[in-house]
Amino acid sequence: MPVVADARPIAQTILRMQEVDKTFAGNVVALRRMSMDVRQGDFISLLGPSGCGKSTALRLIAGLMRPTLGRIDWQTEGGGDDLGVVFQEPTLMPWATVEKNVWLPFRLRGKSLSACRDQIHEALELVGLKGFERRYPRELSGGMKMRVSIARALVTNPRLILMDEPFAALDEITRQKLNDDLLALKAKTNATVIFVTHSVFESVFLSDRILVMAARPGRVVAEIDVPEPYPRGAAWRNSHAYVETAQRTSEALQRTLHPETEAL
Amino acid sequence: MASFEEPRVQINAPPKGPLFDAEEERLARRKRTEAIARWVVPIVVMVIAIVWWDRLVVWNEIPHYVLPGPGLVVETLWTDRAILFSALLVTLKITALALLVAVIGGVGLAILFAQSKFAEMSFSPFAVILQVTPIVSIAPLIFIYIENRLIGLLLCAWIVAFFPVLANTTLGLKSADHNLQDLFSIYRANRWQRLIHLQLPSALPYFLGGLKIAGGLALIGAVVAEYVAGSGGLASGLAFRILEAGYRLNIPRMFAALILIASTGVMIYAATSLISHLALRKWHESALKRE
Repeated sequence: MPVVADARPIAQTILRMQEVDKTFAGNVVALRRMSMDVRQGDFISLLGPSGCGKSTALRLIAGLMRPTLGRIDWQTEGGGDDLGVVFQEPTLMPWATVEKNVWLPFRLRGKSLSACRDQIHEALELVGLKGFERRYPRELSGGMKMRVSIARALVTNPRLILMDEPFAALDEITRQKLNDDLLALKAKTNATVIFVTHSVFESVFLSDRILVMAARPGRVVAEIDVPEPYPRGAAWRNSHAYVETAQRTSEALQRTLHPETEAL
Repeated sequence: MASFEEPRVQINAPPKGPLFDAEEERLARRKRTEAIARWVVPIVVMVIAIVWWDRLVVWNEIPHYVLPGPGLVVETLWTDRAILFSALLVTLKITALALLVAVIGGVGLAILFAQSKFAEMSFSPFAVILQVTPIVSIAPLIFIYIENRLIGLLLCAWIVAFFPVLANTTLGLKSADHNLQDLFSIYRANRWQRLIHLQLPSALPYFLGGLKIAGGLALIGAVVAEYVAGSGGLASGLAFRILEAGYRLNIPRMFAALILIASTGVMIYAATSLISHLALRKWHESALKRE
């Protein structure tokens, strides 16, 4: 790759989706012709109503299913083996302590707890759970469990983190706090994230690119760039650009819900 | 007016005793009483029942070959201790071995079922048939085919005990959280890692539930099999001693042996419950103390 002399060097593309279709048994088209490039440092939101294929897209990228048509190519070596995932539920192992839950990705690669303890503690500190290493998940609140889940996703410093509506089950206040913290985390680690959500505000607040999706069949109908560089603070939520972008995103989403106005 | 004044007085009064209101105090007191009653009530009722049994025998002058009093039963427990306790050891040995083999066989088969649907389809009918056929009806055949009496008894007890372990563990292995399963796939976990780190821990509460049932059943299996096996020679357990005492109308010894069997059952239940509690207390919902 040629070196570009620029203030912001062109980030390396790590994943390329080209014309990806996914059709389930019974001819249910979950996803039609989805294309996107994921570059290093991107924070992409997939925004849309339920049934728009956003979770399907995530499962395809995670390698949990294969596309019916089209290609998903990792542009970096071993890309698909280097993922972090956060689900809607915290998805922790209830029988293991916080520390051992975060250890899981390392453990499955055959690394001992003592060998990666530093990284585990660093990840827990990043999500604000220092001192909770020996607690069991049931001793934690919903928000704290989610933080453990996030720590587990980023402990290996993965090339790409997939988040599937991670805060949808939380109350509004906890969700806002976690959004703030996720932005701070993004500033610290420059992680690359694909974030599935059905909240316009969450997507605008967090991401630099929003893919608005429509249902039946699931497809991308609009791409919105968020004109605010990282690092962003919590004050971004009150800025004019934020409100304006949220409005644009909301309108794009509205059009997917009422296609008849689109036809006019 | 008075009703207005009252609360103000209470608020201004210096707090004495526990710092909560009357209702909370009442609830706490009831909780304390219940905690004590949980132990005291069953013991008192048991003592009353035994005394009543004793009086019934004495007042009605019931002969000991019809119904011995509790004193005589305890006395027999002591005088016949050589016979009874060696019999208890035999029964205990068969029960413990049967339970051990049931756990190994049940868990092993469950793991096989979880690994291969075809194995489950092929073998689970046999497991069900073995389970639903009463052991008393299979036992005579077993003792015809198997010459070693101890192994025959063990086999009978095992047939009765292994099914709950198998059924529960199979269910548990399959009930691992779906998102965690996906996560393991994403992290490229192999079959072995998935089993050790995900499926077996998920199955643990189910397995322990099965173990509790299997413990009692192993004892029942051991006793029933011995009734069927009949006369014993060296390896005579409690069931054989009961039969023998019955033929001789030695009712006190029958009662003494019965008490030993019942205590063994209670002990097994207590032991399996303790194991279950120790294994789950840190993380499982069943071991949570609700506030």
